[in-house]
Amino acid sequence: MAKSFSIKRQPGFATIAMLCFFLLYLPIATLVVYSFNSGTSIATWEGFSLRWFESAWNNQQVMEASWRSLRIAAVAAVIATACATLAAIATTRTAPYRGLTFKYSIINMPLLVPEIVTAVALLILFSRIKVWTGYSGLGYLIVAHAAFCIPFAYMPIRARLESMDLSLERAASDLYASSFQTFRYVTLPLLWPGILAGLMLAFVISLDDVVITEFVKSGGQDTLPTYMLGQLRRVVTPEMNAISTAFLVLSLAIVTVFFFLSRNPNKNNE
Amino acid sequence: MTDSAQDVGEQRQKKDVRDRWLLSAPALVLILAAGVGPLLIVVFYSFLAPGSYGDVKLEFSSEGWFNVLFTRDIFDETVSLADAHFLIFWRSVKLAFATTVLCLIFGFPTAYFIATRAPHNRSLWLFLITIPFWTNMLIRTFAIQEVIRSEGIVNSFLMSIGLISSPIQMMFTDFAIMLGMTYVYLPLMVLPLYASLEKLDFRLIEAGYDLYASRFGVLWRIVIPLVKPGIIAGSILVFVPALSAYVVPRVLGGGKNLMLGNLIELQFGQGRNWPLGAALSVTLVIIVLFAMLYYVRNASKSGGSAHG
Repeated sequence: MAKSFSIKRQPGFATIAMLCFFLLYLPIATLVVYSFNSGTSIATWEGFSLRWFESAWNNQQVMEASWRSLRIAAVAAVIATACATLAAIATTRTAPYRGLTFKYSIINMPLLVPEIVTAVALLILFSRIKVWTGYSGLGYLIVAHAAFCIPFAYMPIRARLESMDLSLERAASDLYASSFQTFRYVTLPLLWPGILAGLMLAFVISLDDVVITEFVKSGGQDTLPTYMLGQLRRVVTPEMNAISTAFLVLSLAIVTVFFFLSRNPNKNNE
Repeated sequence: MTDSAQDVGEQRQKKDVRDRWLLSAPALVLILAAGVGPLLIVVFYSFLAPGSYGDVKLEFSSEGWFNVLFTRDIFDETVSLADAHFLIFWRSVKLAFATTVLCLIFGFPTAYFIATRAPHNRSLWLFLITIPFWTNMLIRTFAIQEVIRSEGIVNSFLMSIGLISSPIQMMFTDFAIMLGMTYVYLPLMVLPLYASLEKLDFRLIEAGYDLYASRFGVLWRIVIPLVKPGIIAGSILVFVPALSAYVVPRVLGGGKNLMLGNLIELQFGQGRNWPLGAALSVTLVIIVLFAMLYYVRNASKSGGSAHG
Protein backbone atom coordinates (compact mmCIF):
# COMPACT_ATOMS: atom_id res chain seq x y z
CA MET A 1 0.00 0.00 0.00
CA ALA A 2 2.15 2.82 -1.23
CA LYS A 3 0.23 5.92 -0.30
CA SER A 4 1.50 9.28 0.82
CA PHE A 5 -0.85 8.94 3.78
CA SER A 6 0.53 6.01 5.76
CA ILE A 7 -2.18 4.33 7.81
CA LYS A 8 0.43 2.79 10.07
CA ARG A 9 1.98 6.03 11.23
CA GLN A 10 1.16 7.51 14.60
CA PRO A 11 2.66 10.94 15.34
CA GLY A 12 5.54 10.86 17.81
CA PHE A 13 5.67 7.09 18.13
CA ALA A 14 8.89 6.69 16.15
CA THR A 15 10.50 9.45 18.23
CA ILE A 16 9.51 7.81 21.50
CA ALA A 17 10.73 4.45 20.20
CA MET A 18 14.11 5.91 19.25
CA LEU A 19 14.34 7.65 22.61
CA CYS A 20 13.51 4.33 24.24
CA PHE A 21 16.30 2.48 22.43
CA PHE A 22 18.70 5.32 23.23
CA LEU A 23 17.82 5.29 26.94
CA LEU A 24 18.02 1.48 27.08
CA TYR A 25 21.58 1.49 25.81
CA LEU A 26 22.93 4.73 27.29
CA PRO A 27 23.53 3.38 30.84
CA ILE A 28 25.03 0.13 29.58
CA ALA A 29 27.26 1.99 27.13
CA THR A 30 28.45 4.36 29.88
CA LEU A 31 29.20 1.39 32.10
CA VAL A 32 31.27 -0.29 29.40
CA VAL A 33 33.14 2.89 28.43
CA TYR A 34 34.21 3.62 32.00
CA SER A 35 35.52 0.11 32.47
CA PHE A 36 38.38 1.24 30.21
CA ASN A 37 39.06 4.37 32.27
CA SER A 38 42.62 4.65 33.51
CA GLY A 39 41.66 6.77 36.52
CA THR A 40 40.03 5.50 39.71
CA SER A 41 36.84 7.48 39.12
CA ILE A 42 33.75 6.08 37.51
CA ALA A 43 32.67 9.57 36.48
CA THR A 44 35.65 11.42 35.00
CA TRP A 45 37.46 10.06 31.98
CA GLU A 46 41.23 9.99 32.35
CA GLY A 47 42.34 8.00 29.35
CA PHE A 48 42.19 4.48 28.01
CA SER A 49 43.60 1.59 29.98
CA LEU A 50 42.97 -2.08 30.68
CA ARG A 51 44.16 -1.83 34.28
CA TRP A 52 40.75 -2.56 35.79
CA PHE A 53 40.35 -5.73 33.79
CA GLU A 54 43.79 -6.72 35.01
CA SER A 55 42.89 -5.88 38.57
CA ALA A 56 39.64 -7.89 38.33
CA TRP A 57 41.55 -10.80 36.83
CA ASN A 58 44.00 -10.72 39.75
CA ASN A 59 41.27 -10.37 42.35
CA GLN A 60 41.07 -13.77 44.03
CA GLN A 61 37.48 -13.25 45.24
CA VAL A 62 36.23 -12.24 41.81
CA MET A 63 37.84 -15.20 40.11
CA GLU A 64 36.55 -17.66 42.69
CA ALA A 65 33.02 -16.24 42.48
CA SER A 66 33.08 -16.32 38.67
CA TRP A 67 34.32 -19.89 38.60
CA ARG A 68 31.63 -20.90 41.11
CA SER A 69 28.95 -19.12 39.05
CA LEU A 70 30.00 -20.92 35.89
CA ARG A 71 30.10 -24.33 37.58
CA ILE A 72 26.67 -23.91 39.17
CA ALA A 73 25.19 -22.59 35.92
CA ALA A 74 26.68 -25.43 33.86
CA VAL A 75 25.43 -28.23 36.12
CA ALA A 76 22.05 -26.60 36.80
CA ALA A 77 21.50 -25.89 33.09
CA VAL A 78 22.25 -29.49 32.11
CA ILE A 79 19.88 -30.87 34.78
CA ALA A 80 17.16 -28.36 33.91
CA THR A 81 17.47 -29.00 30.18
CA ALA A 82 17.36 -32.78 30.59
CA CYS A 83 14.21 -32.51 32.74
CA ALA A 84 12.69 -29.93 30.39
CA THR A 85 13.35 -32.04 27.28
CA LEU A 86 11.59 -35.06 28.77
CA ALA A 87 8.76 -32.88 30.01
CA ALA A 88 8.42 -31.21 26.61
CA ILE A 89 8.17 -34.58 24.87
CA ALA A 90 5.56 -35.62 27.42
CA THR A 91 3.42 -32.52 26.96
CA THR A 92 3.46 -31.84 23.21
CA ARG A 93 1.99 -33.47 20.13
CA THR A 94 -0.75 -35.25 22.03
CA ALA A 95 -4.47 -35.11 22.42
CA PRO A 96 -5.30 -33.42 25.74
CA TYR A 97 -5.20 -35.93 28.58
CA ARG A 98 -5.99 -35.71 32.25
CA GLY A 99 -3.24 -33.94 34.10
CA LEU A 100 -1.86 -32.06 31.11
CA THR A 101 -2.98 -28.67 32.40
CA PHE A 102 -1.63 -29.62 35.83
CA LYS A 103 1.76 -30.30 34.25
CA TYR A 104 1.74 -26.98 32.38
CA SER A 105 0.92 -25.04 35.51
CA ILE A 106 3.57 -26.78 37.61
CA ILE A 107 6.24 -26.28 34.96
CA ASN A 108 5.39 -22.57 34.65
CA MET A 109 5.01 -22.07 38.39
CA PRO A 110 8.56 -20.73 38.97
CA LEU A 111 7.74 -17.90 36.56
CA LEU A 112 4.70 -16.83 38.57
CA VAL A 113 5.86 -17.02 42.17
CA PRO A 114 7.77 -13.87 43.21
CA GLU A 115 11.46 -14.70 43.40
CA ILE A 116 11.83 -13.28 46.89
CA VAL A 117 9.16 -15.68 48.18
CA THR A 118 10.82 -18.71 46.58
CA ALA A 119 14.10 -17.51 48.06
CA VAL A 120 12.62 -17.29 51.55
CA ALA A 121 10.93 -20.68 51.17
CA LEU A 122 14.18 -22.33 50.11
CA LEU A 123 16.05 -20.62 52.93
CA ILE A 124 13.66 -22.19 55.43
CA LEU A 125 13.72 -25.63 53.81
CA PHE A 126 17.47 -25.81 53.21
CA SER A 127 18.43 -24.46 56.62
CA ARG A 128 16.49 -27.41 58.11
CA ILE A 129 18.12 -29.90 55.77
CA LYS A 130 21.53 -28.42 56.52
CA VAL A 131 21.01 -29.07 60.22
CA TRP A 132 19.73 -32.61 59.65
CA THR A 133 22.35 -33.79 57.19
CA GLY A 134 25.31 -31.55 57.98
CA TYR A 135 25.87 -31.11 54.23
CA SER A 136 26.40 -27.50 53.18
CA GLY A 137 27.95 -27.75 49.72
CA LEU A 138 26.98 -26.28 46.39
CA GLY A 139 24.25 -28.91 45.94
CA TYR A 140 21.55 -26.65 47.39
CA LEU A 141 22.32 -23.87 44.94
CA ILE A 142 22.39 -26.32 42.03
CA VAL A 143 19.01 -27.83 42.94
CA ALA A 144 17.45 -24.38 43.42
CA HIS A 145 18.86 -23.08 40.14
CA ALA A 146 17.87 -26.20 38.19
CA ALA A 147 14.28 -25.86 39.45
CA PHE A 148 13.75 -22.27 38.35
CA CYS A 149 15.61 -22.81 35.07
CA ILE A 150 13.24 -25.59 33.93
CA PRO A 151 10.50 -23.31 32.53
CA PHE A 152 13.09 -21.31 30.57
CA ALA A 153 14.66 -24.43 29.06
CA TYR A 154 11.20 -25.85 28.40
CA MET A 155 9.99 -22.94 26.22
CA PRO A 156 12.31 -23.25 23.19
CA ILE A 157 12.28 -27.06 23.30
CA ARG A 158 8.51 -27.14 23.28
CA ALA A 159 8.37 -24.56 20.48
CA ARG A 160 10.76 -26.67 18.41
CA LEU A 161 8.81 -29.87 19.05
CA GLU A 162 5.55 -28.26 18.01
CA SER A 163 7.00 -27.01 14.75
CA MET A 164 8.45 -30.47 13.93
CA ASP A 165 6.97 -32.77 11.34
CA LEU A 166 5.42 -35.94 12.75
CA SER A 167 5.65 -37.81 9.44
CA LEU A 168 9.37 -38.55 9.76
CA GLU A 169 8.82 -40.34 13.04
CA ARG A 170 5.85 -42.21 11.59
CA ALA A 171 8.04 -43.28 8.68
CA ALA A 172 10.68 -44.55 11.10
CA SER A 173 8.20 -46.68 13.04
CA ASP A 174 6.69 -47.92 9.78
CA LEU A 175 10.17 -49.17 8.97
CA TYR A 176 10.17 -51.16 12.23
CA ALA A 177 12.35 -48.82 14.27
CA SER A 178 11.74 -49.34 17.98
CA SER A 179 10.43 -46.32 19.84
CA PHE A 180 13.88 -45.81 21.36
CA GLN A 181 15.53 -46.00 17.94
CA THR A 182 13.00 -43.53 16.55
CA PHE A 183 13.78 -41.16 19.38
CA ARG A 184 17.55 -41.60 19.14
CA TYR A 185 17.92 -41.36 15.36
CA VAL A 186 14.98 -39.23 14.26
CA THR A 187 13.47 -37.12 17.05
CA LEU A 188 16.65 -36.19 18.91
CA PRO A 189 18.66 -34.92 15.91
CA LEU A 190 15.68 -32.83 14.80
CA LEU A 191 15.11 -31.52 18.30
CA TRP A 192 18.77 -30.73 18.93
CA PRO A 193 18.70 -26.97 18.09
CA GLY A 194 15.78 -26.57 20.49
CA ILE A 195 17.62 -28.42 23.24
CA LEU A 196 20.75 -26.31 22.73
CA ALA A 197 18.68 -23.13 22.80
CA GLY A 198 17.03 -24.31 26.03
CA LEU A 199 20.42 -25.14 27.53
CA MET A 200 21.76 -21.67 26.78
CA LEU A 201 18.72 -19.90 28.10
CA ALA A 202 18.90 -21.94 31.32
CA PHE A 203 22.63 -21.19 31.59
CA VAL A 204 22.14 -17.43 31.27
CA ILE A 205 19.19 -17.42 33.67
CA SER A 206 21.20 -19.34 36.27
CA LEU A 207 24.22 -17.10 35.76
CA ASP A 208 22.08 -13.97 36.30
CA ASP A 209 20.30 -15.04 39.44
CA VAL A 210 20.81 -12.81 42.47
CA VAL A 211 17.89 -13.13 44.85
CA ILE A 212 17.55 -16.89 45.29
CA THR A 213 21.32 -17.35 45.42
CA GLU A 214 21.66 -14.59 48.01
CA PHE A 215 19.27 -16.42 50.35
CA VAL A 216 20.32 -20.03 49.70
CA LYS A 217 24.11 -19.70 49.70
CA SER A 218 26.11 -20.72 52.74
CA GLY A 219 29.10 -18.70 53.94
CA GLY A 220 31.87 -18.39 51.34
CA GLN A 221 29.61 -19.46 48.48
CA ASP A 222 29.34 -16.12 46.72
CA THR A 223 28.54 -16.26 43.03
CA LEU A 224 29.60 -13.35 40.83
CA PRO A 225 26.21 -11.54 41.11
CA THR A 226 26.01 -11.89 44.90
CA TYR A 227 29.64 -10.77 45.19
CA MET A 228 28.78 -7.71 43.11
CA LEU A 229 25.69 -7.01 45.19
CA GLY A 230 27.88 -6.98 48.30
CA GLN A 231 30.42 -4.68 46.64
CA LEU A 232 27.83 -2.15 45.46
CA ARG A 233 27.36 -1.06 49.06
CA ARG A 234 30.95 0.12 49.26
CA VAL A 235 32.88 2.66 47.26
CA VAL A 236 32.74 1.47 43.69
CA THR A 237 35.83 1.55 41.47
CA PRO A 238 35.94 0.93 37.69
CA GLU A 239 36.86 -2.66 38.61
CA MET A 240 33.11 -3.23 38.99
CA ASN A 241 32.64 -1.82 35.50
CA ALA A 242 35.29 -4.17 34.17
CA ILE A 243 33.64 -7.19 35.81
CA SER A 244 30.25 -6.08 34.48
CA THR A 245 31.63 -5.61 30.99
CA ALA A 246 33.17 -9.08 30.93
CA PHE A 247 29.94 -10.57 32.29
CA LEU A 248 27.93 -8.65 29.70
CA VAL A 249 30.07 -9.87 26.81
CA LEU A 250 29.65 -13.47 27.97
CA SER A 251 25.85 -13.20 28.28
CA LEU A 252 25.64 -11.40 24.97
CA ALA A 253 27.63 -14.10 23.19
CA ILE A 254 25.39 -16.83 24.58
CA VAL A 255 22.19 -14.93 23.77
CA THR A 256 23.34 -14.24 20.21
CA VAL A 257 23.94 -17.94 19.62
CA PHE A 258 20.56 -18.65 21.19
CA PHE A 259 18.93 -16.11 18.88
CA PHE A 260 20.25 -17.83 15.77
CA LEU A 261 19.47 -21.31 17.06
CA SER A 262 15.86 -20.50 17.85
CA ARG A 263 15.37 -18.56 14.60
CA ASN A 264 15.91 -21.55 12.33
CA PRO A 265 12.57 -23.36 12.65
CA ASN A 266 10.65 -20.17 11.87
CA LYS A 267 12.66 -19.69 8.71
CA ASN A 268 11.71 -23.16 7.51
CA ASN A 269 8.09 -22.31 8.02
CA GLU A 270 8.17 -19.13 6.02
CA MET B 1 -13.55 -51.59 14.38
CA THR B 2 -13.83 -54.88 16.29
CA ASP B 3 -13.96 -54.97 20.05
CA SER B 4 -10.46 -56.37 20.45
CA ALA B 5 -8.93 -53.75 18.19
CA GLN B 6 -10.61 -51.09 20.27
CA ASP B 7 -9.15 -52.70 23.40
CA VAL B 8 -5.67 -52.66 21.94
CA GLY B 9 -6.13 -49.03 20.99
CA GLU B 10 -7.31 -48.13 24.45
CA GLN B 11 -4.46 -49.99 26.08
CA ARG B 12 -1.95 -48.27 23.87
CA GLN B 13 -3.48 -44.92 24.79
CA LYS B 14 -3.26 -45.76 28.51
CA LYS B 15 0.38 -46.78 28.11
CA ASP B 16 1.05 -43.55 26.22
CA VAL B 17 -0.39 -41.45 29.03
CA ARG B 18 1.60 -43.45 31.61
CA ASP B 19 4.80 -42.94 29.63
CA ARG B 20 4.08 -39.25 29.45
CA TRP B 21 3.75 -39.07 33.24
CA LEU B 22 7.05 -40.93 33.63
CA LEU B 23 8.79 -38.58 31.22
CA SER B 24 7.55 -35.45 32.93
CA ALA B 25 8.24 -36.81 36.42
CA PRO B 26 11.79 -35.45 36.86
CA ALA B 27 10.77 -31.89 35.98
CA LEU B 28 7.63 -32.04 38.13
CA VAL B 29 9.44 -33.54 41.13
CA LEU B 30 12.26 -31.01 40.95
CA ILE B 31 9.92 -28.02 40.72
CA LEU B 32 7.60 -29.36 43.42
CA ALA B 33 10.57 -30.03 45.72
CA ALA B 34 12.49 -26.81 45.19
CA GLY B 35 9.89 -24.36 43.96
CA VAL B 36 6.30 -25.00 44.93
CA GLY B 37 6.55 -27.37 47.91
CA PRO B 38 8.59 -25.00 50.06
CA LEU B 39 5.80 -22.42 49.69
CA LEU B 40 3.62 -24.65 51.85
CA ILE B 41 6.32 -24.55 54.53
CA VAL B 42 6.18 -20.76 54.36
CA VAL B 43 2.42 -20.84 54.98
CA PHE B 44 3.02 -23.22 57.91
CA TYR B 45 5.78 -21.04 59.37
CA SER B 46 3.56 -17.95 59.26
CA PHE B 47 1.44 -19.55 62.00
CA LEU B 48 4.32 -20.34 64.37
CA ALA B 49 6.00 -18.33 67.11
CA PRO B 50 9.38 -16.71 66.42
CA GLY B 51 12.49 -18.26 67.97
CA SER B 52 14.76 -16.00 69.96
CA TYR B 53 17.64 -16.21 67.47
CA GLY B 54 15.79 -16.46 64.19
CA ASP B 55 13.96 -19.56 63.01
CA VAL B 56 10.73 -20.58 64.80
CA LYS B 57 9.40 -22.38 67.86
CA LEU B 58 7.00 -25.23 67.17
CA GLU B 59 3.92 -23.70 68.75
CA PHE B 60 0.87 -22.10 67.16
CA SER B 61 0.79 -18.34 67.11
CA SER B 62 -1.13 -15.78 65.09
CA GLU B 63 1.38 -13.11 66.08
CA GLY B 64 3.11 -13.31 62.68
CA TRP B 65 -0.08 -12.35 60.85
CA PHE B 66 -1.02 -9.88 63.58
CA ASN B 67 2.32 -8.14 63.08
CA VAL B 68 1.70 -7.65 59.38
CA LEU B 69 -0.75 -4.87 60.18
CA PHE B 70 -0.32 -4.07 63.87
CA THR B 71 2.41 -3.54 66.41
CA ARG B 72 2.21 -4.22 70.12
CA ASP B 73 4.01 -1.84 72.42
CA ILE B 74 6.81 -3.65 74.26
CA PHE B 75 6.00 -2.03 77.62
CA ASP B 76 2.27 -1.58 77.98
CA GLU B 77 1.05 -4.00 75.30
CA THR B 78 -1.09 -1.38 73.61
CA VAL B 79 -1.95 -2.26 70.02
CA SER B 80 -1.45 0.24 67.24
CA LEU B 81 -1.34 0.07 63.47
CA ALA B 82 2.08 -0.79 62.07
CA ASP B 83 2.69 2.53 60.31
CA ALA B 84 6.05 1.43 58.94
CA HIS B 85 4.48 -1.59 57.26
CA PHE B 86 1.65 0.46 55.77
CA LEU B 87 4.20 2.90 54.45
CA ILE B 88 6.17 0.09 52.80
CA PHE B 89 3.02 -1.58 51.39
CA TRP B 90 1.91 1.76 50.02
CA ARG B 91 5.34 2.54 48.57
CA SER B 92 5.51 -0.90 46.91
CA VAL B 93 2.08 -0.61 45.33
CA LYS B 94 2.63 3.03 44.35
CA LEU B 95 6.05 2.44 42.78
CA ALA B 96 4.98 -0.79 41.06
CA PHE B 97 1.97 1.01 39.61
CA ALA B 98 3.99 4.03 38.50
CA THR B 99 6.55 1.71 36.93
CA THR B 100 3.83 -0.12 35.02
CA VAL B 101 2.38 3.14 33.70
CA LEU B 102 5.81 4.44 32.69
CA CYS B 103 6.65 1.16 30.95
CA LEU B 104 3.34 1.39 29.10
CA ILE B 105 3.95 5.00 28.03
CA PHE B 106 7.40 4.15 26.67
CA GLY B 107 6.72 0.55 25.70
CA PHE B 108 3.57 0.98 23.63
CA PRO B 109 5.01 3.34 21.01
CA THR B 110 8.16 1.22 20.89
CA ALA B 111 6.23 -2.01 20.33
CA TYR B 112 4.06 -0.24 17.75
CA PHE B 113 7.15 1.05 16.00
CA ILE B 114 8.67 -2.45 15.82
CA ALA B 115 5.40 -4.03 14.68
CA THR B 116 5.09 -1.57 11.79
CA ARG B 117 8.61 -2.18 10.43
CA ALA B 118 9.11 -4.38 7.36
CA PRO B 119 8.83 -8.05 8.46
CA HIS B 120 12.49 -8.93 7.90
CA ASN B 121 13.63 -5.96 10.02
CA ARG B 122 11.39 -6.72 12.97
CA SER B 123 13.48 -9.49 14.48
CA LEU B 124 16.50 -7.22 14.59
CA TRP B 125 14.60 -4.49 16.45
CA LEU B 126 13.18 -7.13 18.79
CA PHE B 127 16.67 -8.45 19.38
CA LEU B 128 17.75 -4.92 20.37
CA ILE B 129 14.96 -4.89 22.98
CA THR B 130 15.83 -8.33 24.33
CA ILE B 131 19.58 -7.78 24.70
CA PRO B 132 19.23 -5.59 27.80
CA PHE B 133 16.69 -8.09 29.08
CA TRP B 134 19.24 -10.89 29.03
CA THR B 135 22.02 -8.89 30.59
CA ASN B 136 22.23 -9.35 34.30
CA MET B 137 19.63 -7.32 36.19
CA LEU B 138 22.21 -6.35 38.80
CA ILE B 139 24.48 -4.95 36.09
CA ARG B 140 21.62 -2.92 34.65
CA THR B 141 20.77 -1.60 38.10
CA PHE B 142 24.43 -0.73 38.62
CA ALA B 143 24.42 1.04 35.23
CA ILE B 144 21.44 3.17 36.27
CA GLN B 145 23.19 3.97 39.53
CA GLU B 146 26.20 5.21 37.57
CA VAL B 147 24.01 7.46 35.45
CA ILE B 148 22.03 9.12 38.23
CA ARG B 149 24.69 9.44 40.93
CA SER B 150 25.64 12.92 42.07
CA GLU B 151 28.84 12.62 39.99
CA GLY B 152 27.04 10.70 37.24
CA ILE B 153 26.60 11.80 33.64
CA VAL B 154 23.10 13.24 34.08
CA ASN B 155 24.20 15.62 36.82
CA SER B 156 27.49 16.53 35.16
CA PHE B 157 25.66 17.20 31.89
CA LEU B 158 23.06 19.41 33.56
CA MET B 159 25.77 21.27 35.44
CA SER B 160 27.94 21.77 32.36
CA ILE B 161 25.09 23.42 30.46
CA GLY B 162 24.43 25.54 33.53
CA LEU B 163 20.91 24.35 34.21
CA ILE B 164 21.74 23.48 37.81
CA SER B 165 24.58 24.67 39.99
CA SER B 166 24.83 21.73 42.38
CA PRO B 167 24.03 18.06 41.68
CA ILE B 168 20.46 16.88 42.19
CA GLN B 169 20.26 14.08 44.74
CA MET B 170 18.55 11.27 42.81
CA MET B 171 20.10 8.19 44.41
CA PHE B 172 18.34 6.73 47.46
CA THR B 173 14.94 8.19 46.56
CA ASP B 174 11.66 6.66 45.45
CA PHE B 175 12.29 8.31 42.10
CA ALA B 176 15.51 6.32 41.68
CA ILE B 177 13.69 3.05 42.43
CA MET B 178 10.94 3.89 39.95
CA LEU B 179 13.45 4.84 37.27
CA GLY B 180 15.50 1.70 37.87
CA MET B 181 12.49 -0.59 37.76
CA THR B 182 11.17 1.04 34.59
CA TYR B 183 14.56 0.53 32.99
CA VAL B 184 14.87 -3.07 34.14
CA TYR B 185 11.32 -4.22 33.34
CA LEU B 186 10.64 -2.31 30.11
CA PRO B 187 11.37 -5.32 27.83
CA LEU B 188 8.73 -7.32 29.74
CA MET B 189 6.18 -4.73 28.59
CA VAL B 190 7.37 -4.42 24.99
CA LEU B 191 7.43 -8.14 24.17
CA PRO B 192 3.75 -9.04 24.85
CA LEU B 193 2.63 -5.69 23.37
CA TYR B 194 4.56 -6.49 20.24
CA ALA B 195 3.03 -9.97 20.08
CA SER B 196 -0.45 -8.38 20.08
CA LEU B 197 0.37 -5.51 17.74
CA GLU B 198 2.00 -7.81 15.22
CA LYS B 199 -1.33 -9.59 14.73
CA LEU B 200 -3.19 -6.31 14.30
CA ASP B 201 -5.26 -6.23 11.12
CA PHE B 202 -4.39 -2.90 9.52
CA ARG B 203 -7.42 -3.10 7.22
CA LEU B 204 -9.47 -2.16 10.27
CA ILE B 205 -7.35 0.95 10.70
CA GLU B 206 -7.78 1.82 7.05
CA ALA B 207 -11.52 1.42 7.49
CA GLY B 208 -11.31 3.81 10.43
CA TYR B 209 -9.59 6.44 8.33
CA ASP B 210 -12.09 5.92 5.52
CA LEU B 211 -14.76 6.80 8.04
CA TYR B 212 -12.95 10.06 8.84
CA ALA B 213 -11.40 9.03 12.15
CA SER B 214 -8.49 11.17 13.32
CA ARG B 215 -5.07 9.65 14.08
CA PHE B 216 -5.86 9.76 17.75
CA GLY B 217 -9.36 8.38 17.17
CA VAL B 218 -7.91 5.37 15.35
CA LEU B 219 -5.39 4.80 18.12
CA TRP B 220 -7.88 5.20 20.94
CA ARG B 221 -10.90 3.45 19.45
CA ILE B 222 -9.37 0.77 17.22
CA VAL B 223 -5.75 -0.06 18.06
CA ILE B 224 -5.90 0.05 21.85
CA PRO B 225 -9.11 -2.00 22.22
CA LEU B 226 -7.72 -4.63 19.84
CA VAL B 227 -4.42 -5.04 21.65
CA LYS B 228 -5.95 -4.87 25.11
CA PRO B 229 -4.90 -8.47 25.93
CA GLY B 230 -1.29 -7.51 25.18
CA ILE B 231 -1.58 -4.39 27.33
CA ILE B 232 -2.93 -6.41 30.24
CA ALA B 233 -0.32 -9.14 29.81
CA GLY B 234 2.51 -6.61 29.70
CA SER B 235 1.15 -4.70 32.68
CA ILE B 236 0.95 -7.88 34.78
CA LEU B 237 4.42 -8.96 33.67
CA VAL B 238 5.80 -5.61 34.86
CA PHE B 239 3.61 -5.07 37.92
CA VAL B 240 4.25 -8.45 39.55
CA PRO B 241 8.05 -8.40 39.61
CA ALA B 242 8.02 -4.66 40.39
CA LEU B 243 5.81 -5.24 43.40
CA SER B 244 8.15 -7.93 44.72
CA ALA B 245 11.36 -6.21 43.64
CA TYR B 246 14.34 -6.73 45.89
CA VAL B 247 17.54 -5.90 44.05
CA VAL B 248 16.56 -2.51 42.59
CA PRO B 249 15.26 -0.96 45.85
CA ARG B 250 18.21 -2.44 47.74
CA VAL B 251 20.75 -0.83 45.43
CA LEU B 252 19.00 2.37 44.35
CA GLY B 253 16.83 2.96 47.41
CA GLY B 254 19.62 2.68 49.93
CA GLY B 255 18.77 1.44 53.40
CA LYS B 256 15.71 3.55 54.09
CA ASN B 257 13.43 3.38 51.04
CA LEU B 258 12.31 -0.21 51.60
CA MET B 259 9.87 -2.15 49.47
CA LEU B 260 8.01 -5.35 50.33
CA GLY B 261 10.86 -7.60 49.18
CA ASN B 262 13.32 -5.81 51.45
CA LEU B 263 10.89 -5.88 54.37
CA ILE B 264 10.60 -9.65 53.97
CA GLU B 265 14.37 -10.04 53.84
CA LEU B 266 14.72 -7.91 56.94
CA GLN B 267 12.56 -10.34 58.94
CA PHE B 268 14.83 -13.24 58.03
CA GLY B 269 17.98 -11.21 58.67
CA GLN B 270 18.32 -8.57 61.35
CA GLY B 271 14.63 -8.64 62.31
CA ARG B 272 14.79 -12.31 63.34
CA ASN B 273 11.04 -12.59 63.00
CA TRP B 274 10.58 -15.49 60.62
CA PRO B 275 6.80 -15.88 61.17
CA LEU B 276 6.26 -12.22 60.25
CA GLY B 277 8.50 -12.66 57.20
CA ALA B 278 6.54 -15.77 56.23
CA ALA B 279 3.21 -13.97 56.68
CA LEU B 280 4.44 -11.06 54.54
CA SER B 281 5.57 -13.53 51.86
CA VAL B 282 2.15 -15.20 51.82
CA THR B 283 0.52 -11.76 51.56
CA LEU B 284 2.69 -10.97 48.56
CA VAL B 285 1.78 -14.26 46.87
CA ILE B 286 -1.92 -13.57 47.46
CA ILE B 287 -1.66 -10.12 45.86
CA VAL B 288 0.17 -11.66 42.89
CA LEU B 289 -2.48 -14.37 42.56
CA PHE B 290 -5.23 -11.75 42.44
CA ALA B 291 -3.36 -9.88 39.74
CA MET B 292 -3.05 -13.12 37.74
CA LEU B 293 -6.71 -13.95 38.22
CA TYR B 294 -7.64 -10.50 37.00
CA TYR B 295 -5.47 -11.06 33.96
CA VAL B 296 -6.90 -14.49 33.12
CA ARG B 297 -10.48 -13.25 33.40
CA ASN B 298 -9.88 -10.14 31.31
CA ALA B 299 -7.72 -11.84 28.72
CA SER B 300 -10.39 -14.43 27.97
CA LYS B 301 -13.06 -11.74 27.87
CA SER B 302 -11.21 -9.39 25.52
CA GLY B 303 -9.92 -12.32 23.48
CA GLY B 304 -13.54 -13.19 22.72
CA SER B 305 -14.66 -9.68 21.90
CA ALA B 306 -11.67 -8.93 19.70
CA HIS B 307 -12.88 -11.52 17.23
CA GLY B 308 -16.50 -10.42 17.47
